[in-house]
Amino acid sequence: MNTAAPFEPWTDETATPLIEFSNVTKRYGEFTAIDQVDLKIYPKEFFALLGPSGCGKTTLMRMLGGFETVTEGTITIDGVDMKGIPPNKRAVNMMFQSYALFPHLTVADNLAFGLKRSNMPKSEIDGRVEEMLRLVQLQKFAHRKPHQMSGGQRQRVALARALAKAPKLLLLDEPLGALDKKLRQETQFELMDIQEKTGTTFVIVTHDQEEAMTVASRIAVMDHGKLKQVDTPDRVYEVPNSVYVADFIGDVNIIEGQVTKVQGDTAELLWGEGKPSIRGMAGNNLSSQTSGAFAVRPEKVAIFTEEPADRHNRVTGMVEDIAYLGNMSTYYVRLENGALIKSQVANDRRIAHRSITWNDTVWLSWTDTAGIVLAS
Amino acid sequence: MNLGRRLLISVPYGWLVVLFLIPFLIVFKISLSDYAISIPPYTPTLDTSEGWSGFAAYWSKLDFENFVFLAEDSLYIKAYLSSFKIATIATFLTLLVGFPFAYAIANAPEEWRPSLLLLVILPFWTSFLIRVYALIGILSNEGFLNQFLMWTGVISEPLVIMNTNAAVYIGIVYTYLPFMVLPIYSTLEKLDGSLLEAAQDLGCTRISAFWSVTVHLAKPGVIAGCFLVFIPALGEFVIPSLLGGSRTLMIGKVLWEEFFSNRDWPVASAVAIILLLVLIIPIVLFQRNEQKQREQNK
Repeated sequence: MNTAAPFEPWTDETATPLIEFSNVTKRYGEFTAIDQVDLKIYPKEFFALLGPSGCGKTTLMRMLGGFETVTEGTITIDGVDMKGIPPNKRAVNMMFQSYALFPHLTVADNLAFGLKRSNMPKSEIDGRVEEMLRLVQLQKFAHRKPHQMSGGQRQRVALARALAKAPKLLLLDEPLGALDKKLRQETQFELMDIQEKTGTTFVIVTHDQEEAMTVASRIAVMDHGKLKQVDTPDRVYEVPNSVYVADFIGDVNIIEGQVTKVQGDTAELLWGEGKPSIRGMAGNNLSSQTSGAFAVRPEKVAIFTEEPADRHNRVTGMVEDIAYLGNMSTYYVRLENGALIKSQVANDRRIAHRSITWNDTVWLSWTDTAGIVLAS
Repeated sequence: MNLGRRLLISVPYGWLVVLFLIPFLIVFKISLSDYAISIPPYTPTLDTSEGWSGFAAYWSKLDFENFVFLAEDSLYIKAYLSSFKIATIATFLTLLVGFPFAYAIANAPEEWRPSLLLLVILPFWTSFLIRVYALIGILSNEGFLNQFLMWTGVISEPLVIMNTNAAVYIGIVYTYLPFMVLPIYSTLEKLDGSLLEAAQDLGCTRISAFWSVTVHLAKPGVIAGCFLVFIPALGEFVIPSLLGGSRTLMIGKVLWEEFFSNRDWPVASAVAIILLLVLIIPIVLFQRNEQKQREQNK
């Protein structure tokens, strides 16, 4: 059994970050792309920048690569202020979204491109190229041109080229965006494997939350140039700090109402006149007697044909729709007040044995710790 | 291949046969005949009234005498070499001017590019001959260029540009510039900007990234542009005869003089045949380059 301490340098006050953003702002004219970002990324982390398009995640990453200047604030990499240092003078390499492979060079020459421009002795370059080809399992393709390869192979060449100079930090701009879903899932594990093997710090930009959850040690959820939450994938999912994050990551039911009670870890939310309040975990900085929202994941909402009298959180409604996804079904239940609540149930029986169907009156219920009450 | 496709392909082939191959064979036949003071100014001519024996007599009189003459008289070899030199230098100068043009247009904001391209093509809307005549007005001793330079005080005596090789170079660079700019622009425009960033990311300075990526990838355009300028420049007649001096020796001019001053059609035809053969080499090279590029883009 693995008894080593979990990899959590961000919880260690004494750990030195590899990258530090202090109060970084980037403006394009009137438009603020990055708004006062403070962020620390630690060595050997696999850090994901996640957000919708236009949220500033790519800009933040390009600042690390030296392709964008900083309007205000400082970025340090390994303790050195990066102000005015061009891309070619940084121990940082980037894997581009378009891969940016040089079309006139063979795979081996693409990999050697950066090495030839470093102070690596000529005699060692071939060996290093060979090593990188082995890392991405493309030894047989050394003499192919990029256009003679498939998308997945090109992606691996781009990764190998970016890693060839053994950078301290590797930036990946939507590295799997151009691959189909199956290949993307396989490649995610390959990426993690390579990251572990090389011990390089990875910063990945993605809009695919599943991808971020799979590969990353920590995720930064961004919106409008601000970091909304920086946390481990499980905490971002289970303990979102805002309705935005809860809504952006995965599927969620949001019930709005009035926070009536905050006591330690738990809080209660009144969501309809004369209805019992909903009980859930208390979110960050939650105070009583303010408006709030209750967020609960569909898979944590159970569905019953009869009232589960032993549970505190229970609501009733009518099944409006059923989405059959094969391995699971999602029931869309319309409550009396008009709210639509999703309940996701694993199909551990054949569909013929399903007891709930359209227009049935059902009860939905969840435990006291299943959801979270957030300030809105 | 079905009939429809054959028919479709036969149209351009038919065009080439009627307007290229047949005239070429006529010129080739004339190049094998002898000079004569008659109409047409060469002999023999085919006498169809004598039947088969007339054709045999006609055939026996054709020979390669004119080609031997071209090889023996150093004027022609000199003219070919001189044309080659002028066309090479002019092509190089056009490249020097054209590349920055193309680069600037390709890097201009996207909404400007069509207008900038239009400005490059705009001179084509005027007759080629008129544009060359206009250059005389600019380059001559009393021309605008000299007037301007003397007005600014840069020079006190007018520069002699007209009737020199320099005027020929200026003429070729000016008139053929679009042929250089357009193919280079089309390669630069397709260039993925992230390639330059990748080169910088991997250790290139901005300048070395430009050399190792932009210039490398623009190569097909540069080669296409150079051929498009070199091929017509080699046989150019109007520019050297209007702007060049008596010492400017170009084969196009020699050809014209043989035809119209000397009325020696057979020798002129031989000059034309040799010029064509010389030109076929760069044309074949050009097409091979195009072919290679197409295969690469597959």
